[in-house]
Amino acid sequence: MSAAPSSSNPKQKQIIRPYGDRRDDGVVQLSFTLPVPLSEKAKEAALQLTKKMGFTDVKVAAAERAADNYTFFIVYARTGLYLDYSEIEVPEVVVKKLGMTELNVLIRQKIGRRLVVLGACTGTDTHTVGIDAILNMKGFAGDYGLERYPMFEVYNLGSQVPNEELIRKAREKQADAILVSQVVTQRDVHKDNSRHFIEEAKRQNVYGKMILLLGGPRVDHKLALELGFDAGFGPGTRPSDVANYIAHKMLQKMGLEGETP
Amino acid sequence: MPGPFIDDAEIERARQLAHEITTPVLEVIHRHTTVSIERTVLRLLGLAGAGPRGVPLANLMVDRLKEAGVINKGAAYWYGRALLMGATSPVDAVERLTAAPIEKLPALSVEEEGKLKDLVRKEIAQAVRELESRVEQRDALKNELGMSRPPHKYVIVATGNIYDDVDQARAAAQAGADVIAVIRSTAQSLLDYVPHGATTEGYGGTYATQENFRIMREALDDESKKLKRYVQLTNYSSGLCMSEIAFCAAWERLDMLLNDAMYGILFRDINMRRTFIDQYFSRRICALAKIIINTGEDNYITTADAFEAGHTVIASQFINESFAKRAGLKDWQLGLGHSYEIDPYREQTLLHELAQAMLIRRCFPNAPLKYMPPTKHKETDIFFSHAYDVMADLVAIWTKQGIQLLGMMTEAMHTPLLADRYVALKSGSYIHRAARGIGDEFQVREDGEIAKRARYVWKQAMALLEECHRDGLIAAIGRARFGDVARTETGGKGLEGVVEKAPDYFNPFLDQLEAIG
Repeated sequence: MSAAPSSSNPKQKQIIRPYGDRRDDGVVQLSFTLPVPLSEKAKEAALQLTKKMGFTDVKVAAAERAADNYTFFIVYARTGLYLDYSEIEVPEVVVKKLGMTELNVLIRQKIGRRLVVLGACTGTDTHTVGIDAILNMKGFAGDYGLERYPMFEVYNLGSQVPNEELIRKAREKQADAILVSQVVTQRDVHKDNSRHFIEEAKRQNVYGKMILLLGGPRVDHKLALELGFDAGFGPGTRPSDVANYIAHKMLQKMGLEGETP
Repeated sequence: MPGPFIDDAEIERARQLAHEITTPVLEVIHRHTTVSIERTVLRLLGLAGAGPRGVPLANLMVDRLKEAGVINKGAAYWYGRALLMGATSPVDAVERLTAAPIEKLPALSVEEEGKLKDLVRKEIAQAVRELESRVEQRDALKNELGMSRPPHKYVIVATGNIYDDVDQARAAAQAGADVIAVIRSTAQSLLDYVPHGATTEGYGGTYATQENFRIMREALDDESKKLKRYVQLTNYSSGLCMSEIAFCAAWERLDMLLNDAMYGILFRDINMRRTFIDQYFSRRICALAKIIINTGEDNYITTADAFEAGHTVIASQFINESFAKRAGLKDWQLGLGHSYEIDPYREQTLLHELAQAMLIRRCFPNAPLKYMPPTKHKETDIFFSHAYDVMADLVAIWTKQGIQLLGMMTEAMHTPLLADRYVALKSGSYIHRAARGIGDEFQVREDGEIAKRARYVWKQAMALLEECHRDGLIAAIGRARFGDVARTETGGKGLEGVVEKAPDYFNPFLDQLEAIG
């Protein structure tokens, strides 16, 4: 029997723990490397360190010589920690998902013109794989890119576009939405660059006017909101998610649709 | 030999088309030089240092010559003028030239001109001899220690700090890596200079500098001796400083370089002419330094769809091969790039990946080839990604790839953790060990799915080569035939660094490189 209460009533407690092969057994798998040669002492170090993390029933399943002075561990352990799932609050990009055809019809009927979208990898980022997957004709995983939508007018500016330039071009094209893709995340360069984008958007007076979106493998909606974007899209995002978001957000801005939660 | 799939005569036809496709480009190449080529000549003459604010001396001098409108005579000529003015060292030469009113210098007598050229030719010849002796040292160590059997397992390090890179490279070598690639800092390809000295700050990678090359090669020499197995080093001769990087790498005894005739045009929006001219000179240096080049066709199917665009890889490989051969490279130096990138949620992808890899092996039987792991469809589910990578390991051993980049299970998230390389090397070694000889055991049915797919891709590749032949390579690039990216001849970065050679253009380094054949 499930100890968890029904999720239909959010006020009721819902205590959860990791599930290994039994409910609430708290089993987790960890892997990490320690900068020491493989030895019995190294294994003991891995065990003690895992205990220090607060885990119990620690089993060092594998200890491998990754290099002369590095040992790679795979560890199984239990956590006694739990939480009340009903108390978790995460803003999610909620969109009413329509197919390509329906969405085009919706835009044509309610907005009556093509939506202009600009996208780029800005700053020093050269990795266009994300922005290409969303914007280019072919799309991603069988989900067509925005270029394929008759009711979107898309400009993919490619990589290493300065934020100033992207925003300037967006003003020139009277864009409805700007997509910023950030793939390289070393030393949080994606956050610094995204902040700079927002500052620049404020400076060029498009902030709050155009829909500003952030995407990338280490991006989530929460981070994007914190940074000042309208929404964030992480790994697994389909072009149709972005297309739907933009269309519905436009409708909201025009007062034709209610705010999504 | 996998297949036949197709007749030898058809492969010959492809090669002939590629040769004719590159012919008009070669005419452009021979008529021009670039600021990067001229800086390379100066580097060979000993101008390796940097001036105030870290600007490389080679840049200071070439910028000055360009500003004076005289770079079209060749930087070597002006270096000779400085020698005649009494310069006693390369640095002294720069100082004299940057201070001199170059525009107003009188023409030299025929006799003086001859003397100048002799002086510079002699210095160049001496420097080339030294370069060759460094290459010989590298090859001697390689022969003494020997290398693992191919596919050579290639992994990347990318910390941004050359000293951390060294630690990780040593660890990777100890775990079985055969080739270490130091990924460059993002955006370095767009710098029109080579940064100077050892560097500890980079984004997504570490700056390619001559000093960083030296530090890493020295560490790998040491590690190779300990392991009694030669570990190769590679970097990136691409972007605006292709030929300078090739020179720095040759001098510091690197073994391989990523070097592609079209990559910069398509993926970094570097001007077409600039790239074609620079790739020629850089490849001449690779030919001299016995460096294996790795081409970048694998990138086409990260932007375009791998299932639909497989033929673009093959057409481009023939073109890249032609450019390489015209720059003096031999078959054994051609790490032509391709990859395992078909959407894993399709049916029969293993068969189609095998078809592609077998077809490429069939077309280029004597080239090592460079096989890349999946990247585009990698998932943050590392367990799936690991299994996905292992399939690429199988194709690599099956089709006898010379160089195989090992996939990293965390590819979709971050630059590899130390353990990611270990895990990839352990499983890659296992697959190579387990399946060695598999390609000789199984004959592919000529009426099966693999052969069918290979013939289909081949037909499309031939059609693309015919199109490039009919309309020209520039027009084909303009139509986004490669990698779904369209570029124009005068667009992109770096065109301002292309200079038409004067009738009396002087570049004894190029003369010597071309004399080698």
